[in-house]
Amino acid sequence: MTADTETAAAPTAEFGRARLRKEDERLITGQTNWTDNIRLPGMLHVAFLRSPYAHARITSVNVSAARTEPGVIAAYSGADFAAEQGSLPCAWPVTPDIVIPAHPPMAVDEVRYVGEAVACVVARDRYAAADALAAIEIDYEPLPPVLDIRTALEEDSPRVHEAGNKSFVWPFAQGDMDAAFRDAPVVLERYYRQQRLIPAAMEPRSVVCSCVGGEFTLWSATQIPHVLRVMLALVTGIPEQNLRVIAPDVGGGFGSKLQVTAEEVLAVLIARKLGRPVKWTESRSEGNMTVHHGRDQWQRIRIAADADGRIRGLDVDLLADMGAYLMLVTPGIPLLGAFMYPAIYKMDAYSFKCTGVFTTKMPTDAYRGAGRPEATFAIERIMDDLAAELDLDPLELRERNWIKHEEFPYTTIAGLTYDSGNYEAATAKAKELFDYDGLRLEQERRRTNNDPVQLGIGVSTFTEMCGLAPSRVLGSLAYGAGGWEQASIRMLPTGKVEVVTGSSAHGQGHETAWSQIVADQLGVRFEDIRVLHGDTQVSPKGMDTYGSRSLAVGGMALVSACDKVVEKARVIAAATLEASADDLEWVPGRFEVRGDPDKRVTIGEIALAAFAAHNLPDGVEPTIDADATYDPDNFSFPHGTHLCATEIDTETGFVKIRSYVCVDDIGTVVNPLIVEGQVHGGLAQGIAQALYEEAVYDDEGNLVTSTLADYLVPSASDLPSYVTGRTESRAANRLGVKGVGEAGTIASTPAVVNAIIDALRPYGVTDVTMPCTPERVWRAIQTAQGKQTGSAAEQHAARQSDQTQGNSPQGMDGGEA
Amino acid sequence: MAEVTVSVDGVKYSDHVEPRLLLVHYLREVVGKTGTPVGCDTSNCGACTVLLNGESVKSCAVLAVQADSGEITTIEGMAANGSLHPLQQAFHEEHALQCGYCTPGMIIAASDLLRENPHPSDDEIREGLEGNLCRCTGYENIVRAVRRAAQAGASA
Repeated sequence: MTADTETAAAPTAEFGRARLRKEDERLITGQTNWTDNIRLPGMLHVAFLRSPYAHARITSVNVSAARTEPGVIAAYSGADFAAEQGSLPCAWPVTPDIVIPAHPPMAVDEVRYVGEAVACVVARDRYAAADALAAIEIDYEPLPPVLDIRTALEEDSPRVHEAGNKSFVWPFAQGDMDAAFRDAPVVLERYYRQQRLIPAAMEPRSVVCSCVGGEFTLWSATQIPHVLRVMLALVTGIPEQNLRVIAPDVGGGFGSKLQVTAEEVLAVLIARKLGRPVKWTESRSEGNMTVHHGRDQWQRIRIAADADGRIRGLDVDLLADMGAYLMLVTPGIPLLGAFMYPAIYKMDAYSFKCTGVFTTKMPTDAYRGAGRPEATFAIERIMDDLAAELDLDPLELRERNWIKHEEFPYTTIAGLTYDSGNYEAATAKAKELFDYDGLRLEQERRRTNNDPVQLGIGVSTFTEMCGLAPSRVLGSLAYGAGGWEQASIRMLPTGKVEVVTGSSAHGQGHETAWSQIVADQLGVRFEDIRVLHGDTQVSPKGMDTYGSRSLAVGGMALVSACDKVVEKARVIAAATLEASADDLEWVPGRFEVRGDPDKRVTIGEIALAAFAAHNLPDGVEPTIDADATYDPDNFSFPHGTHLCATEIDTETGFVKIRSYVCVDDIGTVVNPLIVEGQVHGGLAQGIAQALYEEAVYDDEGNLVTSTLADYLVPSASDLPSYVTGRTESRAANRLGVKGVGEAGTIASTPAVVNAIIDALRPYGVTDVTMPCTPERVWRAIQTAQGKQTGSAAEQHAARQSDQTQGNSPQGMDGGEA
Repeated sequence: MAEVTVSVDGVKYSDHVEPRLLLVHYLREVVGKTGTPVGCDTSNCGACTVLLNGESVKSCAVLAVQADSGEITTIEGMAANGSLHPLQQAFHEEHALQCGYCTPGMIIAASDLLRENPHPSDDEIREGLEGNLCRCTGYENIVRAVRRAAQAGASA
């Protein structure tokens, strides 16, 4: 134990250290374990036939010809699964009267979006399975599609489901709205479009399922092995103890793999039918159609303010496109934004209403930020407009309204208690890094000189709620599970440590960060720790990874488990040192007798003593391993100030991001390298929403952007370099951590669009619908200048112009005349 | 069936394959080189990039039979004599990967970029890698990693 004694004696101070990642070695050498790499003896491949109609009745399906194709073992239609496939779960019934339509994993009678699975072939290899799909005979009776949530609630609209197109209405109000808006010196009303997005994790979905003796093992490219196991048991009726779910290396998720998918359920059912392992891996085109989409809202927002800019009230009315069905947390996503519209600002009254509407499109669900980017966009956009209306600098207006650093903890009008923050500090640092005043001067020069390339400065002083979530709050919001997280510490007799976490990383770097936390807590070496996750047999309890929760909840579970290890070790240490437990001092890595520090025993020696169990006191369990489940008291509230400078070629509409500065306060930082990476990636996705990405359906409900040739995931040449900075106010939890996974995405979209509008205000432009493509920017300039915009793509242009000018969307009630 | 004979990461293979078999599926499912992943079906993402006779190709856009007689290097053949390739080392040190799914293709494409242009500017790195998509990193650290590898003489 000599070596351990020496290393354990050295103070580790891993917290805050830019450790290179443990995960990298296998990822940079190709020694990876993606689900699609798995090959089991006798494994078969599944291919799905998918609906070419947005809405149709299935009048007949005949799969018998497919069964005789070479290499084909089986072919099934929805009818073959009807008795056992159940309904895909929605775990968040947000109101008592919400309409949750049945969602069979394979359509039986009716299809409601293009891409819905209607039949499948199981064959010896993936090529044979795909070939045989052509032999399936299927007839449809087309039904009218429902594509626009603004008209879907009208009486004469075709119906997606028999019960109609409204799923729910969820209201929230606090304060005297009438008083806030009555006689307000300034009232602004805006309509914003949150376009539909495709998450596009680089690893396509993949599922492998084996069934041996009634025991099922499902490998899936999922963020949520634990939730998936429970849900598969509930959907299929397979006893939970007979289900093992493994998330091996998972290539990104961004919310898209926070789902219980049709293909996962069907893989289980097919493996059971055939008694052979099966694999299904989607193509990217299939994935664009059938991995849940994100965003897709129309937002009406009204703000009432005093003449000095003080906010009196805020009124938000959302239409949210659910798509054809409610998937795992579909209806809850816009409501995660409900509490975030007031953002960092104080006000007297707030009202929110969200109407969930069905359409014949792919269902929406969580996508990085999930509800909070939408809220942040709307409030930060209208704050810029309010500043322009009052002829105030947009940062000055924000400062007049934001919660001062000495006012924390502060309970917002939406009822959240923000534990910490310092908006002044983050903003001051961001302004300095950005050269805010210098850029304003340059902007003025370009305006005066009528420069064809105009400069715009966009501001976003965001906050978000993350660290999902206190279980009792989730309960009050009708969510179907808790928000705790689990951790186990296994002290091995050689002094090494296994850490088991219920968080399920898919690129975040938990193996590294968790090692750092435990190294400090237990005083063991970073290198001596192994982190295990993503397998329900290895890590039996967990709530998985989403909502920037892993560190703020899962990290705290680690700390609790380490506390328990130390307390158990104390008893054995006392016996070993022949001292009273009360006289022992825990110095991470060892116990010392107070006043006699030469009398000491290391945690590794205690682990060995527990393993041998020769000399333990009576009644002491021979282990110092410990489990802990941590349920947070509150959400955490990262915040920051993001500043974006755009150069806009007013002759072509081309937008160039000249500089992007963000200063984020995410609390304390375990690993600055990982944090910076999370911020970079988040920024890229938020900028992509502002400038590039949109899932487009045509008038018949076909997804036009079904490949990466049509859906513009930006490349390195499309994105700028970022300047990142940090300020720090500790969260109320013991580690002081808040979470960082979604911050960049939440903050950056309005910063970019605000910069575009800021550049073009002198031209009379007040809005450009996202994504702000050169064509849309150019048309916005032309329209604002009263010019005709050419003839290219007339129909498309007319539709965009309708959006760009912010015409009051039909179907949104409550609008002021 | 057609015969294809190739060298993959220094080992010779000879197989009978369907003429339509994509090179990436040949590598993954016949040769067992699963280090090279598939990210799309329109040759946009570049995750499946390998070197074919020294030049980068997207192996989803090449038939196995087209690679006949060729010499292929995948991510699994980049490290030599027990040492990581300078690009692999630089990707690790600059935290240029998160989920790691694009990384094999990104490293291979970067090696081809540095072969053609041993000392690229940041803009040249960005343009040189525009055929490879990453959803995690925002590219900032990938650019840093390629710059670092270039300084370390990765093109040699």
